[in-house]
Amino acid sequence: MIRRFFRKKKAKSRLPVRKSSLCLSLLGAGLLLLGLMFTHAALQRQADAPSIERMAGVVRNLELTDLSLFTEARYTRHLSQADLHSAFQDHPAALEHFPAGSIAGPPAGLRRFNGKPD
Amino acid sequence: MASRIEKHRGILEFTLSSLMRRKGKNLSLFLVYTLVVFVLGSALFLTQAMKREASLILKGAPEIVVQRLLGGRFDPIPLDYAEKIGNVRGVVSAGPRLWGYHYDPVAGANYTLMVPRNDAPARDKIIIGNGISRIRMAYRGDIISFRGYDGLVRNYTVDGEISSESELVSSDLILISEADFRDLFGFPATRATDIAVRVRNPKELSTIAKKIAEMLPDTRPIIRDEMVRTYDAVFDWRGGIVIVLATMALLAFVIFACEKASGLSADEKREIGILKAIGWETSDVIAVKAYEGLLVSFFSFTTGILLAYGHVFFASAFLFAPALKGWSVLYPDFRITPFIDPYQVAILFFLTVAPYTVATIVPSWRAAIVDPDSVMRS
Repeated sequence: MIRRFFRKKKAKSRLPVRKSSLCLSLLGAGLLLLGLMFTHAALQRQADAPSIERMAGVVRNLELTDLSLFTEARYTRHLSQADLHSAFQDHPAALEHFPAGSIAGPPAGLRRFNGKPD
Repeated sequence: MASRIEKHRGILEFTLSSLMRRKGKNLSLFLVYTLVVFVLGSALFLTQAMKREASLILKGAPEIVVQRLLGGRFDPIPLDYAEKIGNVRGVVSAGPRLWGYHYDPVAGANYTLMVPRNDAPARDKIIIGNGISRIRMAYRGDIISFRGYDGLVRNYTVDGEISSESELVSSDLILISEADFRDLFGFPATRATDIAVRVRNPKELSTIAKKIAEMLPDTRPIIRDEMVRTYDAVFDWRGGIVIVLATMALLAFVIFACEKASGLSADEKREIGILKAIGWETSDVIAVKAYEGLLVSFFSFTTGILLAYGHVFFASAFLFAPALKGWSVLYPDFRITPFIDPYQVAILFFLTVAPYTVATIVPSWRAAIVDPDSVMRS
């Protein structure tokens, strides 16, 4: 009896899995992973909130104005405090030579007033 | 209903077999598609997260910073300006800030020296940021020397390190006493670098800034919103390097989509002809192609976006690091908090999946409506 039961089960497991079932399972797994990504992001945001609050506290206490992301030049270190022409401060036609300048665009005000080049 | 589901499962089976028959072509398509989504997704995640983090961190920044301009350039501000600004209605406090830069030839890096208004270190003592500690291998009790404005070397004892948690804002920071700061830079006793202003009502910020600019015409008030907006502009998705990367990735993708949309291969046309000849309806043929497009796009999108998430939030966007670091010798060691916007992920999904699926369906619909005999003969 038991032997027959096992033989039956074995025969069942030998049935090939349909490609469409496999594909639909993979689709489900993909959706699940996307959902997990958003869940992880939400949980991590919650976990990091006190640390960000403490960082804002350091900023408040030391009266800081900028992130210390680009320390290569004085006007890239304090982007919000740099004067409007900082990229050209050495002489009027000087080109921006720090790589951070390619990420930080010119101030909106300057872009608005500049005419089209000939 | 069950028969319809079974029919579509059958079509799906046929689609999968069809995809497997052109393994090489579909695999290369999957890889390119995944790469496009990965690059765009990484740029999107990084910029969005950095913008949000910057705005949350900088909410503690002074409401207004007043600089003095001389000849169009930033110049030390007289201390009596702080008193005048303090008398403006709505201002809670106006205190001078003392800070400056020092280039350290030993490390080849620029440091930011700052005098904290509260709990400043004692004379000849400094508190250093984690980045400096790492680059100079200096810890509590060690001595760091700086050459002053007069060429003389001054020694400072490291009294502590700023918490590594706040490295994003303090990596290159050195906290120093006011007397040492003025002595090192030869900074006049009657001047400060700028003035930090605290305001009672945040709604009055722009009015107060306007009043300050009118009262002291040689000054430039910078309000906190402008500081946050600067970082918005820096990390804006449409700005600088990100747009270059995005354009290249999009161009590569457009080429792929055009290649698909320009027509089917002779084999694919013959296949459609045979299907029609053995009794498949046009809608079934289109369903096969729609499934094909959807499967390739969905799996590429999911793989690309998950890889982008891991790259930015688990591996600190190491592929973008050379562009972000630039020539900086000192770079903060920090983990990015995953501020992701489902709306932007949805936009990326529709910008990549929808055009590709349409590009796959249109040529097959054209082939499917033609007489099977002529399709097979051509």
